[in-house]
Amino acid sequence: MNQPGVPVRVVVVDDHAMFRSGVRAELAASGAGQVDVVAEAADVDEAVAAVEAQRPDVVLLDVHLPGGGGAEVMRRTATSVPGTRFLALSVSDAAEDVIGTIRGGARGYVTKTITGPELVRAIGRVADGDAVFSPRLAGFVLDAFAGTIDVAAVDEDLDRLTEREREVMRLIARGYAYKEVAKELFISIKTVETHMSNVLRKLQLSSRHELTRWASDRRLL
Amino acid sequence: MSSAPATGPAGVRRATRDAQEPVIGGVAAGLARHLGVPVLWVRGGFVLTALLGGMGVALYAGLWLVLPADSRFEADAPGLESAARGGRRPARGRRLGDVGPAVALAALALGAVLALEAVFGRAAIFWPVFIGVVGIALLWRQADEAQRERWRDTTGRVDPVRVVLGSGGWAAYGRLAAGVALVVTSLSLFAYRGGSVAVARDVAVSALLGVVGIAIVVGPWIYRLASDLSAERGERVRTQERADVAAHLHDSVLQTLALIQKNAQDGPTVARLARAQERDLRSWLYAGESADESTLASALRRAAAATEDAHGISVDVVAVGDCDLEEPLRPLVAATREALTNAAKHAGTGRVDVYAEVAPDAVDVFVRDRGRGFDPGAVPDDRLGVRHSIIDRMARHGGAAEIRSAVGEGTEVRLHLPRPARTRQEDQG
Repeated sequence: MNQPGVPVRVVVVDDHAMFRSGVRAELAASGAGQVDVVAEAADVDEAVAAVEAQRPDVVLLDVHLPGGGGAEVMRRTATSVPGTRFLALSVSDAAEDVIGTIRGGARGYVTKTITGPELVRAIGRVADGDAVFSPRLAGFVLDAFAGTIDVAAVDEDLDRLTEREREVMRLIARGYAYKEVAKELFISIKTVETHMSNVLRKLQLSSRHELTRWASDRRLL
Repeated sequence: MSSAPATGPAGVRRATRDAQEPVIGGVAAGLARHLGVPVLWVRGGFVLTALLGGMGVALYAGLWLVLPADSRFEADAPGLESAARGGRRPARGRRLGDVGPAVALAALALGAVLALEAVFGRAAIFWPVFIGVVGIALLWRQADEAQRERWRDTTGRVDPVRVVLGSGGWAAYGRLAAGVALVVTSLSLFAYRGGSVAVARDVAVSALLGVVGIAIVVGPWIYRLASDLSAERGERVRTQERADVAAHLHDSVLQTLALIQKNAQDGPTVARLARAQERDLRSWLYAGESADESTLASALRRAAAATEDAHGISVDVVAVGDCDLEEPLRPLVAATREALTNAAKHAGTGRVDVYAEVAPDAVDVFVRDRGRGFDPGAVPDDRLGVRHSIIDRMARHGGAAEIRSAVGEGTEVRLHLPRPARTRQEDQG
């Protein structure tokens, strides 16, 4: 869906101006021609306005944001910009916040210590519709499905992960790159991506969540 | 950090109500947690005993009275609390699904009432009592809600309106109004049974007057008490928080900044100081990242921190599950430390990933770098550092270690250690 040669249009949402300009500089340095930062926003209201005005391909979204956090931005723009994908980028390591943001609709989560080239790659993946799991997020996901994380946002009735999906998550948590995961498990990169998308889908759409989304789409909530 | 909460010090286990997601009062959920049985059983038990002449209802109400809520002063890490106060964290919304059990219970209760009535035909006295009980339960539920909200009040004030209504909202007003209406209806019905409409009206009016009168007499006193209490509490909390923050910043950030100023020309030192400081501040702000050696994950984190400081590389620790650090697990930590040191010394890369997974029957640790790697087959037999300190050590303690490496692709050390059965039982108990 993302043509090569056309830069990915990105909106950066973070309440710290210093961090926003840092990301902008880093993306300009490592992602020239691949990534184009079209707007910045510092809180939920600004972010919603910027996303709806720019209709970017990818939104880099802080988990902690004045006005209700990154999840609120996704909730308020869910119907108006269906083509936009969200990538959480946060310094927060609280499992419940990170998992909550993923469940809110983000396609992945990377920490703020990520290097420029890695961030550009992650943005590219998200723009192509793939999920992006950092080792830390993979750890959180495994914990959430094992029921170890005590998170209100995680349902008791999460679909179980298949053995293969767990395997993929474990390798990601161990720091393997996608192509190394593929090599290790003797499967294609495409299959790895399918597994990751399935895990993301299971995390985001357990039965209760689907019900909520169904109801909120019909303005019942 | 993705680690399970460590088991706390052994003490008297006290049952608490589940104040996070209660269906009615959170008694059943709290009890189920305390007894270690599925919550469905407890709820079923309450419903069954409720059919036996209402004993379950009385039991539930009694337990609701005496069991404390579980989250009165539960403190998050300072960074997370501050984010929550500033409205920067995603809110936990109640979902449609959460209302389901309450509706089901209400339907069951109504069915039970109708069945009882059909069998005994005691409608005359039964209905006033039933309506009254429901009304009181509603008021009680509201008081409970308000209490919980009050603990969460972030300004530290005790506002009398807040005490009654919590953070407000239609649910709070609705519960309050419905509760009062039901109690008054019940009284009126009861009076109507004994006499005429006029008597019923008189009773209702006098009941209302009584409530209003008490409010007028006691209100100002409660108000003054509340404002005194809130002023005192606010002052104390502010002072303590300021002292904590000041102490921490002085011990860590200020000292580090001073050191960085002195060593501004020395790039590696500045990087090392900044990394150590980031780690420290992060563990303070976002708790759960502690490195106090009480659990396996924290011991691994400490080993990682030591390697970071000693060799100027960055080590990312991801732990799934956690357990107490007991004697049999120490060789695993030592082997991990050795693997980290090797990676820092020989891999020639700035970054190492550590992944630990604690399963009920075994612990696995993986140390991975993407450095220059080596050919394990080509290592001369007299260079036994790795073999001795990692592979043999793990083998001696009933575990296994495997080192996979290829030139140009980095190295991965895999450590596996079965857990003794005793530990498993304690963990599950």
